[in-house]
Amino acid sequence: MSLINENIQKELVEKFGESLTEWSDTYNMLSFTAPKDLNLKVLNFLYDQPLLGFQFLTDITAVHYPNRTSEELCVVYHLHNLRENTRLRFKVFTPSAQPDVYSATALFSSANWMERETYDFFGVNFVGHPNLKRILNVDEMDYFPLRKEFPLEDQTRIDKDDDMFGR
Amino acid sequence: MSEHTNIRLPEGSIEKQTTTVNLGPTHPATHGVFQNIMELDGERIIKTEPTVGYIHRAFEKIAERRPFYQITPLTDRLNYCSSPINNMGWHIACERFLDVKTPKRVDYLRIIIMELARISDHLICNSIVGVDTGAYTGFLYVMQYRELIYEIYEEVCGSRLTTNIGRIGGFERNFSNTAFVKLEKFLKEYPGVLQEFENLFTRNRIFIERTQGTGKISAERALNYGFTGPNLRAAGVDYDVRVHSPYSSYEDMDFAVPVGTTGDNYDRYQVRNAEMWESLKIIEQAYKKVQAFKGAEADVFHADAPAYYLPEKEDVYTKMEALIYHFKIVMGETDIPAGEIYSSVEGGNGELGFYLISDGGRTPYRLHFRRPCFVYYQAYPEIVQGAMLSDAIVTLSSLNLIAGEMDA
Repeated sequence: MSLINENIQKELVEKFGESLTEWSDTYNMLSFTAPKDLNLKVLNFLYDQPLLGFQFLTDITAVHYPNRTSEELCVVYHLHNLRENTRLRFKVFTPSAQPDVYSATALFSSANWMERETYDFFGVNFVGHPNLKRILNVDEMDYFPLRKEFPLEDQTRIDKDDDMFGR
Repeated sequence: MSEHTNIRLPEGSIEKQTTTVNLGPTHPATHGVFQNIMELDGERIIKTEPTVGYIHRAFEKIAERRPFYQITPLTDRLNYCSSPINNMGWHIACERFLDVKTPKRVDYLRIIIMELARISDHLICNSIVGVDTGAYTGFLYVMQYRELIYEIYEEVCGSRLTTNIGRIGGFERNFSNTAFVKLEKFLKEYPGVLQEFENLFTRNRIFIERTQGTGKISAERALNYGFTGPNLRAAGVDYDVRVHSPYSSYEDMDFAVPVGTTGDNYDRYQVRNAEMWESLKIIEQAYKKVQAFKGAEADVFHADAPAYYLPEKEDVYTKMEALIYHFKIVMGETDIPAGEIYSSVEGGNGELGFYLISDGGRTPYRLHFRRPCFVYYQAYPEIVQGAMLSDAIVTLSSLNLIAGEMDA
């Protein structure tokens, strides 16, 4: 059985059933959403299952969706199976009020700084991380700058017409 | 800073047997803004704690306010030793996202520029390893050819270090004849220079003693630490984005992926040198293919994508359609699809990824750079643990850590 996206999806659905949602396959990358309690189980399954073998962690980052009530923060994992050269993306959503997500550091050493960066900019609290502190910003900072509530420009400016020039 | 436990002396600190040394943030041997708080026993490193972020410039946040074509200058400043690769990586990510097909000539021209950038990147890295092992000559000797590469950039895009080269869909202008003349000069003279450079180092007894067996990392650890690029290949894993998921018509090129075995400083040096030879081969092939275009095809330098590619200024003033497109692009009226894409290229240091989420607005909803340096620098404490301080310096430069890429 070759590692094509349909087969990956089949394997995952067989194991986790209905709990994995929002399947999509755009730009040749399979993407899905997992419940946040399952993130380590999914990572482990993808890592250990001989047919899947996603053993290279390309990237961890987060996205802030202020409009998704009680699941504002989205942690995105990019995984890569180097043997079959297949990539995969999966997301877990977490409320920004209590942004606890299990840390993947036990599985991937590379997750250490990626999670620190994600914590630094989004405030995702990676439970089980050995050294979760700020990495790029100063230690004294008390907010998480990549969240959408912090606009890049001073919003009190009145000399700019945002209807025309803003987002 | 006060939180660093290894700085705080234990009670009755006169008993302390080890020395704490701050290497950096600015130190001539770190070649960039890095801080390492090292716990030393004599000259041996017990542990080290890297601190990064001194030149963090919040590019990901800034990108959320910028239209797609204005993000290119941000990517320049990631790995500033090979900014054209970053620029092209961003353009390629956008083109994949917007489904713009570039003509073959554009692809080949891009390959020429990207491989020149790779050569200049590896050249700096390897010659700096030379400097850190006590051989300054090689560094100064190869500088003139980096200069020639920069002159080619200058001829193509007008700037040298932070290039902002190319546009979504192609190049901003066609290559001038001077650019090709300079490229020919480079292709003719550089092999001799690289050979001379190798003669200075490869069999140099002092260089071998300093680099072989130091800064070692196994293939398993390297993969677990997310290594990519020359550093991973030096450990023996033949992963190269140019081969695994070809972009910009790399599949038309015939080249080898050099791999090392031990993942030490010497292997990293060897892999980078071998890659420079391969890059030369690629440039020669691409240049031949560029020359083979005849007639109208020989002047193509951008894709036919008027909705995304800024029209010629002359046309903006004289043609209605061009004026409309110019206005739409600049004012952000162009329809951009909603969606997300992860696109990566083989940067000078490894897999440079762009994770782009668009909500259909004028600017990205979220843009994340996967910077290879940032990912593999976290392995540094493990690599240098138990090593001599002077070997740690060589390891720092042979990993080719670029502060700009790390801090984004």
